[in-house]
Amino acid sequence: MSFQPVKFYQTGTFTVGNRLLPPEERSVQAQAKRYNSINSGHRACQGCGEALGARYAIDAAMEAVDGQLICANATGCLEVFSTPYPETSWQVPWIHSLFGNTAAVATGIAAALKVKKQQGEPRNIRVVAQGGDGGTTDIGFGCLSGMFERNDDVLYICYDNGGYMNTGIQRSSATPPAARTATTMAVGAEPGNVFGQGKFVPAIAMAHEIPYVATATVADLRDLEAKVRRAMEIRGARYIHILVPCPLGWGTASNETIRIARLAKETGMFPVFEAEHGEVKSVLAIRHPLPVEEYLKPQKRYAHLFGKTPQVEVIARLQELADRNIRKYGLLDGGER
Amino acid sequence: MDKPFAITLDPGSSLANKTGSWRTFRPVYLDRLPPCNAACPAGENIQGWLYHAESGDYEQAWRALTENNPLPAIMGRVCYHPCQGACNRQFVDSAVGINAVERFLGDEAIKRGWAFGKPMKRSGKRVLVVGAGPSGLSAAYHLARYGHAVEIHEAGPFAGGMMRFGIPKYRLPREVIEAEVQRILDMGVTLKLNTKVANIADAMKAGHFDAAFLAVGAHIGKRAFIPAADATRIVDAISVLRSMEGEEKPMLGRRVVVYGGGNTAIDVARTAKRMGAEEAIIVYRRTREKAPAHDSEIEEALQEGIMVKWLSTIKQADAGEITIEKMALDDKGFPQPTGEFEKLAADSVVLALGQDVDLGLLEGVPGLEVKNGVVQVGPNMMTGHAGIFAGGDMVPSERTVTVAVGHGKKAARHIDAWLAGEAYAPPPKHEVATFDKLNSWYYSEAPHQVRPVLDIIRRQSTFEEVVQGLDEGNTQFEARRCLSCGNCFECDNCYGVCPDNAVIKLGPGKRFQFNYDYCKGCGVCATECPCGAIKMVPEEN
Amino acid sequence: MLKQMEGSRAVAEAVALCRPEVICAYPISPQTHIVEALGEFVKDGSLAPCEFINVESEFAAMSVAIGSSAAGARTYTATASQGLLFMAEAVYNASGLGLPIVMTVANRAIGAPINIWNDHTDALSQRDSGWLQIFAETNQEALDLHIQGFRLAEELSLPIMVCMDGFILTHAYERVDMPTQEQVDAYLPKYEPRQVLDPAEPVSIGAMVGPEAFMEVRYLAHAKQMEALKLIPAYAAEFKSVFGRDSGGLVHTYKADDAETMVVAMGSVLGTIKDTVDEMRAAGHKIGVLGITLFRPFPIAQVRAALQGAQRVVVLEKSLAVGLGGILATNVRMALSALPIDVYTVVAGIGGRPITMRSLHGLFRRAEQDDIDAVTFLDLNRAVVDKQLDRERAKRRSGPAAEAMLRDVGVVAAKLA
Repeated sequence: MSFQPVKFYQTGTFTVGNRLLPPEERSVQAQAKRYNSINSGHRACQGCGEALGARYAIDAAMEAVDGQLICANATGCLEVFSTPYPETSWQVPWIHSLFGNTAAVATGIAAALKVKKQQGEPRNIRVVAQGGDGGTTDIGFGCLSGMFERNDDVLYICYDNGGYMNTGIQRSSATPPAARTATTMAVGAEPGNVFGQGKFVPAIAMAHEIPYVATATVADLRDLEAKVRRAMEIRGARYIHILVPCPLGWGTASNETIRIARLAKETGMFPVFEAEHGEVKSVLAIRHPLPVEEYLKPQKRYAHLFGKTPQVEVIARLQELADRNIRKYGLLDGGER
Repeated sequence: MDKPFAITLDPGSSLANKTGSWRTFRPVYLDRLPPCNAACPAGENIQGWLYHAESGDYEQAWRALTENNPLPAIMGRVCYHPCQGACNRQFVDSAVGINAVERFLGDEAIKRGWAFGKPMKRSGKRVLVVGAGPSGLSAAYHLARYGHAVEIHEAGPFAGGMMRFGIPKYRLPREVIEAEVQRILDMGVTLKLNTKVANIADAMKAGHFDAAFLAVGAHIGKRAFIPAADATRIVDAISVLRSMEGEEKPMLGRRVVVYGGGNTAIDVARTAKRMGAEEAIIVYRRTREKAPAHDSEIEEALQEGIMVKWLSTIKQADAGEITIEKMALDDKGFPQPTGEFEKLAADSVVLALGQDVDLGLLEGVPGLEVKNGVVQVGPNMMTGHAGIFAGGDMVPSERTVTVAVGHGKKAARHIDAWLAGEAYAPPPKHEVATFDKLNSWYYSEAPHQVRPVLDIIRRQSTFEEVVQGLDEGNTQFEARRCLSCGNCFECDNCYGVCPDNAVIKLGPGKRFQFNYDYCKGCGVCATECPCGAIKMVPEEN
Repeated sequence: MLKQMEGSRAVAEAVALCRPEVICAYPISPQTHIVEALGEFVKDGSLAPCEFINVESEFAAMSVAIGSSAAGARTYTATASQGLLFMAEAVYNASGLGLPIVMTVANRAIGAPINIWNDHTDALSQRDSGWLQIFAETNQEALDLHIQGFRLAEELSLPIMVCMDGFILTHAYERVDMPTQEQVDAYLPKYEPRQVLDPAEPVSIGAMVGPEAFMEVRYLAHAKQMEALKLIPAYAAEFKSVFGRDSGGLVHTYKADDAETMVVAMGSVLGTIKDTVDEMRAAGHKIGVLGITLFRPFPIAQVRAALQGAQRVVVLEKSLAVGLGGILATNVRMALSALPIDVYTVVAGIGGRPITMRSLHGLFRRAEQDDIDAVTFLDLNRAVVDKQLDRERAKRRSGPAAEAMLRDVGVVAAKLA
């Protein structure tokens, strides 16, 4: 009988924790005394993917730098639900300036920290900037690109929920084709958002050839944590784009948040990979390939595709989009790079 | 720090905002009954002992197992593992090899000499157990644990009952039986061999027993009328198997026909092959699908060169030859004669048509009810005569070792209560953790670990154990394939996936607790719980 | 040490003496020479430790400044005109967060039509942004006000714009007295931020504040800014004791004692005005000058005190509140509430039009006769604008006004010919 080493832990690496793993191999989120960088009492909707993604990411960053972290936050849901006077949920030093300048604010913080270090500051304090897709791919894009181009020592994390949810679910450049929003209503000859590539900022970030670019979802915690950890090992401009489903904006049940994120990845609608200096280095392979309908159907923002006469052509175009991702990133074979 | 008013805030101050008031549904932790446990005739807490095996604490696993079943090394060999048939993992890849892990634990216990704890107290009551088969041994074990003085009276020369006289040693080595019986005796149980109880009432009176558990098994082979020449050798399967345990081995000849489709038919055919028969042919009147024998056993028999005539009945036996009639299934699926005949060479015909119980010891006991050759018992395993309980093959049920062990445990509980003048009320059963309650995404792919099987040549000629055990490595791997259906295994998912940090991690072995001050009731924890140990219930108001 | 140098260079050297820790730079005329020089100092190591960041826009410049200031670094940037408008959102944010950023505004007109020359409409557009605003009259004052500006901003935890006239000052070579590093170090203490982003003491800066506290937060910003009215004279006095010269302050009067007519202005034009006033005084006119150094907070009491003895006030300003008239004049009027003094608004020099002594002589003499409009546009080519207005009345699609008027005044025609 062939030898099989005992490395299999009942649930592999897919659960948050695992009592059978050595403590050093357990996830940050499994720790009884994790940072909870964003604490209870915040006013995010039930099942908010962004609240979850932010805690995953910032806790992981805090762990990676031993708590020596400063966060800059763009205007948006995350900012509004976490810091309405007189309460804040943040337990890290945190600043909110504007909607479109977060990358630049972080650059300023990094610059200040660099000077302080030269002046004898003993700590290695690091900076993370974070914002939603509107604050990142639209209004904050200029500052983001500038930060990338200068290779400032900032990790920028975009929580992508595909629209302006805080203002009532309007379209952003990260809204996927065919999705209904308040500014791309499901009416007329071509209901929902326009077709096109959209603005896939991870690819644009790669075009800057910054040291590190990665995508992740809230459905793969360990992958997400590993990417944040990796990002914090590197100096210079880094970008992580995390898909965070929005129950309100997507029209999904509050308990479905993680499942929907998983389906986005498993159908190929959202490629999960990491890249260094503009080259894709690894891909999180699809475990169980699924047609895009599996992802679209549970979301009311796509309900118009599944009416009395299903919009098979539109669905087929979305499937093409997913297939293109699968081909481009090698999502079925894990990239094999 | 001299903080600006309102626009700069103290860290984590949102704890003042109790978002629990938003909730319309609340998550609650629960234990659901794993389907393996639900399916186990012996009532084992399989998921419970696998939990310990997963972490490599085999002794703890064995102790958890033997809470319900004192015979894991035997069970790990002969149980037909209905648990695996029910296992939810079959919907992910294939069922967990529970039986293999059980065997490993049983063997490990024998190897390491693990012993049962001595009873904490003595009840002063005496219980007579009649029959040292699986049911009797199980009852004796549990009764001893309750503190009762137990005496087993066994008619035969060895303990084990049908485990010894009905199961060939290539499936169950005798030293395994010896070891597990001895461990029970070491608890202070008295075993009297060659002690046939002729009359239960007399025996109880003579031994001052307060209660009795009867588990005499079914040892009398059923006969069927087959027109036969005098020269034809027709024997019954149980006699053949029993004589394998004695000095004089049975003489069956070169060509042996076995009549029947149960496990005993398979056992005797495989035994005949090992005894040197050139041909061992099973004749069964129905199809393979309908045969009561377990498919794995049929498969092993076929591998060893046993031939089977499905849809056939024996019409006549002559010297050195039998006549069989082909059958055909009617539209209701019953076999009907076709009038088509065939002749087979046969030196002997072994009848494996089932067994009857010898109920002689019950004569004259008032209140007993016997129907279809077995003793009727109530839900508490008590016969119509107060204080006399019965189980195993002598009561109406499926006749397997595992069922028998389960009867012994169940009877022991009721006997214990009855002796105290009480009635045992089993705790209410949890709802079963069916596959739809699980989130199988979290279980990574892991192939079933196959137990090694003895070389085919040696199987055909020796009585060495056919199926070997797993080693520690693949035992642990196999244990870790358990999905822990319906029972929290502390994977930290609920703790991790809560967007509101409203789950409190209580520490190893203590599981988790919801912080309802902040839980908004989104239900992500319940959806992402791999094992279905959380459910959402509506809030009262 | 006395040096002959360009205004921008003088400011750059003064800023460097203040030991800034982060400088954000984005090119826009006419401030570019300042950040170019500072970039050189950082690059050659003479200004260290300091991070010089070439940002991609003025919006980013102010945003980087917000970040570095919030992280406790002394932060400087410079801008002008369109740049100031492009960063406007961040300008308000910096003051709202109470971050003591020092920014030079090399004053320049705002388009359209695009125009790179000097006036004050850029800085004055941000008068309500919550920033302190001081206006330099000379390059020496510009240099000095930057040093005072860091002191003031950091003490109050409020940002400050040091305004200097584009080209007229920034590109003018003048003799300046450049202080020594020891002098500046003696005057300007190390920056001790009121609040700072620090893992050792984590706070959330920039919370969302609703109706329940917004008024109070804004009131506090107002009250804080008003404190500058007390601090500035003290700092100017202290400045004098260290550096040996008067510089800064709230307002300055010139030949005002018995003046019946007072001319009010800000910035470099005060020099031309004073020269004109000197000549008019010599001719017996009772005319004086009030130079306003501090525009925000507006020194109402000091302006009132300086002007209350006059019969009329001529506010000559390089800005235009379209649809109203003057910006500075409106503020001055408020200082003179209930006083029986005529206040004339004179919009002059916008878009870089030269303000000549000749024009001022005419203006002031007519003003003394109360013979000017309440809102007067100095040296306005009336014929050209009337012609254009006629043209537009006659024909809806009358073409672009600026080009048409240039043709009328002969600039285009001359070039075409």
